[in-house]
Amino acid sequence: MLRLLNAWIGPFQEFLFLAGRAFKNIVRSPHYYDDVFIQMDVIGVGSLVIVVLTGFFSGAIIALQMARALNTYGASSQVGTIVSLTLVRELGPVLTALLVAGRNASGIASELGSMKVTEQIDAMRALGTDPVQKLVTPRLTATAIMLPALTVIADAVGSVGAYLVSVPLLHIIASSQYWSSFWRALVLNDLAQGLIKPLIFGMIISLIGCFYGLQTTGGTQGVGRATTQAVVSASIWIFVVTFLIDKIFVNL
Amino acid sequence: MAEGSILDFCNVSLRYEDVWALKDVCLTLNPGETRVIFGAAGSGKTTLLKAVIGLVPVDAGQVKLFGEDITAMKETQLFGLRSRAGMVFQEGGLFDSLSVGENVEYPLFNRQTAAQGNGAQSEESAEGRVRNALRFVELEHTYDKFPSQISGGMRRRVGIARAIVTEPPLVLYDSPTAGLDPITANTIMALIAKERDVRNSASLIVTNRYQDGELMAGFRYDSEHEALAPVTEEGDPRGNRTKFIVMKEGSIVFFGTRQQMEASDDAYVRRFKHEE
Repeated sequence: MLRLLNAWIGPFQEFLFLAGRAFKNIVRSPHYYDDVFIQMDVIGVGSLVIVVLTGFFSGAIIALQMARALNTYGASSQVGTIVSLTLVRELGPVLTALLVAGRNASGIASELGSMKVTEQIDAMRALGTDPVQKLVTPRLTATAIMLPALTVIADAVGSVGAYLVSVPLLHIIASSQYWSSFWRALVLNDLAQGLIKPLIFGMIISLIGCFYGLQTTGGTQGVGRATTQAVVSASIWIFVVTFLIDKIFVNL
Repeated sequence: MAEGSILDFCNVSLRYEDVWALKDVCLTLNPGETRVIFGAAGSGKTTLLKAVIGLVPVDAGQVKLFGEDITAMKETQLFGLRSRAGMVFQEGGLFDSLSVGENVEYPLFNRQTAAQGNGAQSEESAEGRVRNALRFVELEHTYDKFPSQISGGMRRRVGIARAIVTEPPLVLYDSPTAGLDPITANTIMALIAKERDVRNSASLIVTNRYQDGELMAGFRYDSEHEALAPVTEEGDPRGNRTKFIVMKEGSIVFFGTRQQMEASDDAYVRRFKHEE
């Protein structure tokens, strides 16, 4: 039992240590701004297409399902409100984070893992560079900036998807009514949730990817293992953290 | 500990879980000196190299690098010291996302970034130094290529160029000839001897090829003829700068000159000599 506990606590402690160093490096010199912009391009722009597609279809699917359910109660006019709250509060941040986790936590873990097993991380340390400063902090910063931006885009595209289903396709609501109910449903609390979540998810995804990448041992097989662990852990933590944030905001 | 020495190991011990990787290791290295380290797989050779620049923390003893005790230093305190030593990794350790030129340039700009522009050199002078380093290893034509586009032997030579571009007083070589054909291996060892003799740098070389040690001990770089020449004279101090070390289970079981190693009766030590 103690050994099992130790096997879980040890890595978690190392993860916290890595996270602490990565955050401290944000304000410490030297700063690798070029790497931050490269990562913003890789993580943000690179994920744009899948985020737009997923956002669009999420909105469209919610509208389809809700139109049917709301029609039962004669409340079809509420579709804009339902789509707005569901997308901005939950589905937008969580789905975008899961996609970015699948795409980038794995990418980060495999890139850093390959560097670890081919001695590039040791070479970096031997050359006098802090790998946390050079590799982890830029990825942390870039993901924390780009995930909220991607989430806003996913929310916007999702609202258009829901609009297309509700107004031109199903004709259950008038265009102006859809948009006014969509906007009126949102209060500051919802917008805060919708932006704070992706910010925290971004940090979690990048730090987990970096952590498993830097922990890689055992050659190419180890890289594969690190990649899988990074995606699984990041996905689980996204759900745990979204629950905790919801709990806080529901009580507000 | 010797005054003015580049490296001092004093009773250094290190273990990975229950296995001793280094046990009571003592070692001193002065400018211009070479130590060639032999040993079976898992005998602690690479760990010894890594401990020199604090890549692995030691459990006991004292490591002094460039006169500073690094034993209790934090990782962040070590970066400055590490950038004053060069290290060549077994597979080159080149950054595969950077071109050959950028790889060799990395230590120069790394220093520049660390100094945040204080006394930083211009890009032109950095490129000149990079090209010089690549010319030294006869690979200037690979400047724009990526590590994946060059052979294994070339990658090692680029690794040497990267290690020496800042002209460090200490260069560490981790199995620079492992897995290479004899011609490429000899080319690399000739470059290492040249680097030692041109700049009087200290070298620690881990290898399993006895010929590598023979070359370092028995040859010197003749800058007049731009070729290696044998150290012929008896008692030539240049011949005594190279000492051989044999490691077994984390301990140094032999330390001496080539002649002493060749005269050794120890069965383990004899394993690393030429097949007779």
